[in-house]
Amino acid sequence: MKLFGIKIPMMTALLVWALVWEIVGRMDVIFLVPPMSAIISAGFDLVATNSWQSATLVTLRSFLTGMAMAIGIGVPLGIAMGRFKIVDNIFGLWVNMFVSAPLSALVPVLMILFGLGETTVVVTVFLFAVWIIVLDARAGVMQVPTSLIEMGRSYGASRLTIFTKIILFSALPEILAGIRIGLIRGVKGVVIGQILVSIIGYGELFELYSRSFDMERFWALTILLFAAAMLLSAAVEHFEKRIEYYAGAR
Amino acid sequence: MATSISARVANPAATTTSDAIVEVRDIGKRYGDIEALRGINLEFERGKLTTLLGPSGCGKTTLLKIIAGLVPATSGDIRVNGKVVTGPGPERAFVFQDFALMPWATVLRNVAFGLELKGIGLAERNRTARHYIAEVGLSGFEEKYPHELSGGMRQRVGIARAFAVNADVLLLDEPFSAVDEQNRRKFQEDLLMLVEKERKTFLFVTHSIEEAVYVSDRIVLLSPRPGRVSQIIEPSIDRSAAPDVIRRDKGYLDVVEEIWQGLRQYAE
Repeated sequence: MKLFGIKIPMMTALLVWALVWEIVGRMDVIFLVPPMSAIISAGFDLVATNSWQSATLVTLRSFLTGMAMAIGIGVPLGIAMGRFKIVDNIFGLWVNMFVSAPLSALVPVLMILFGLGETTVVVTVFLFAVWIIVLDARAGVMQVPTSLIEMGRSYGASRLTIFTKIILFSALPEILAGIRIGLIRGVKGVVIGQILVSIIGYGELFELYSRSFDMERFWALTILLFAAAMLLSAAVEHFEKRIEYYAGAR
Repeated sequence: MATSISARVANPAATTTSDAIVEVRDIGKRYGDIEALRGINLEFERGKLTTLLGPSGCGKTTLLKIIAGLVPATSGDIRVNGKVVTGPGPERAFVFQDFALMPWATVLRNVAFGLELKGIGLAERNRTARHYIAEVGLSGFEEKYPHELSGGMRQRVGIARAFAVNADVLLLDEPFSAVDEQNRRKFQEDLLMLVEKERKTFLFVTHSIEEAVYVSDRIVLLSPRPGRVSQIIEPSIDRSAAPDVIRRDKGYLDVVEEIWQGLRQYAE
């Protein structure tokens, strides 16, 4: 970005908004908005606390377990749906229903099924992330050009070879796009799950801070979480771009 | 000048040649209620370039894919080197209308892909691939990806891949239809050079009359709905003449005109 002919780094806009926040905070308009500088220093304190560290560990564990399940089940299911009409008929309706359903409403039911603990959070992450991964993997497999498969056949490839050397690679950009969106939804899932269960991880901290009106820590935790989600998505996006480079010809 | 070119119209019934590499026997193809091909009998001579020409919907691509073993025929059979074929085989290689290159693989790997599927070692298949990449005029592009190439160059990759597997018969499905006009002409000239050099049998599908007359030893005209053989023409062009001379030759133009007269009844 350029302003008055001077090159300005990308994050400048963020600094401007932080400054606006700081000013509003110092004007003491509302206790919900403490000054940015106070939030940042609270953030540094927070990271050093035992409660934050253990909460982060629990959160990461739930998130990673849920995501691993979502990817491990979602990608193969999506591929199977794209390849076999019968699998598509069996699961298609459910996947399409769940991908747009307000899943937060299901969490209380999950609590009854899986108890007030990590399992519920893991299942929430899984349910938030898996459907879009399934749909994108399915779309990726279905858009493999017919001529590419015919090419494989005409040069003597077996069905398995066509699958591993052509279909999987051809579907990779869509599969990765699904995983990226799945990751972002998974972050939502882990936070919503923990807040509703409210006795573990970040949910417990959020509950604690908002009840005691500790707005500095509350915001510090929120910003940390946002930053983590953005970094995660940027990392996958970076990987995706490298793949798309090869897929540019489609 | 016109004496170098003449066209002989052969009787479709008398298509038996002494050295047929591909034999098409009474092929019919139905898609549900639609009859795409009916009673096709053809023989393709070894070392010649034969074109299947016809209006869209005449089943020329279907016939080529049946010969390739990619599409099953409803009736009749195909013999290659005397053996009935039931699927794709190493003695036939296919060149696709939309190139069918793997976008995630380099030119080198794309060209070597047929050999890779045959289980040939990396060093050897790359050596063969490099040879054919040079043959089609793409030296220096080995490490490029398909989307970095123009349409014409992509199809050169497709042709190099077909050459690399050393098949007896090359099946080309409208290979130049996605290539722009200038490159198309250059490509046709290069193809003739490759035909001369590689001594293979070529089966070529096109809807361009000029292209068919320019490149073919023999043209099979198909009529649509259902596809049948309506006429066989042998342009017998003196290929030693310069391309520009051929394209302006009266005999060449007469053959083009003759084919057009045969096909115009199918044009809307």
